[in-house]
Amino acid sequence: MIHRNYGYDTRSRDGLLCVYLYGEIDHHSAVALREELDELLWRERPRRLVLNLARIDFMDSAGLGLLMGRYRLVRELGGVMALTAPNPRVLKILRLSGMERFFEIEDVPKGEKI
Amino acid sequence: MRKEKRGGNRMRLSLPALSVNEGVARAAVAAFCAQCDPSATELADIKCAVSEAVTNCIVHAYRERRGEISITVRLIEGGVRIAIRDRGCGIPDVRLAREPLFTTDAAGERSGMGFTVMESFMDRLSVRSKRGKGTLVILTKYIGREGGV
Repeated sequence: MIHRNYGYDTRSRDGLLCVYLYGEIDHHSAVALREELDELLWRERPRRLVLNLARIDFMDSAGLGLLMGRYRLVRELGGVMALTAPNPRVLKILRLSGMERFFEIEDVPKGEKI
Repeated sequence: MRKEKRGGNRMRLSLPALSVNEGVARAAVAAFCAQCDPSATELADIKCAVSEAVTNCIVHAYRERRGEISITVRLIEGGVRIAIRDRGCGIPDVRLAREPLFTTDAAGERSGMGFTVMESFMDRLSVRSKRGKGTLVILTKYIGREGGV
């Protein structure tokens, strides 16, 4: 059995959905995460989705595609999306892509206490 | 303690084009590069660039079909050189493929940033490709030059 080096925990209340991602986001994990997160988003239909990236150890451009895809879906469902606590390496790739302008990015998690 | 001569050391690795091997490839390359004493930022840059190159082999060169990816890592004066080769479909227009946001797989949520990441995170990037024959990507990183994150 192959060890899964990625995953997430969730908390939700009153239209706010917080997803605490952890591990490594590459093309391999992004395929599975996309499917699972989309199922969650269609079920919960959050007014505000907060992706907490504090425990992301690695992210390449496949992670950018994953974030952008969820941003589009949340908007389609009538909500907004924010990112919290990206480490400097994740921030570096977000800035390189110019995608930081699409997201509200908070250095420290705020307003996601449930 | 006897001082080891590091120059000339190299590692060769061959992996099937399976997405699970993206992590295997970057971990193996990072372990080899550790002997150059890179900073955490330099090592993270190398891992990210390798991951992008290997993903390109799996997604674009072999289109999620069977294939082999060869990786050679070599210590050079002041850094490392990493060659990643596939025998896949090749890139019809390398110049276009290296443009930021260019992708042939928009439906798959690809960001089109793979080559841009390799170029930005490494000191040199060379791409040679022939249609129907495959692609060779050579990444060079000099250690100890960063201003970095």
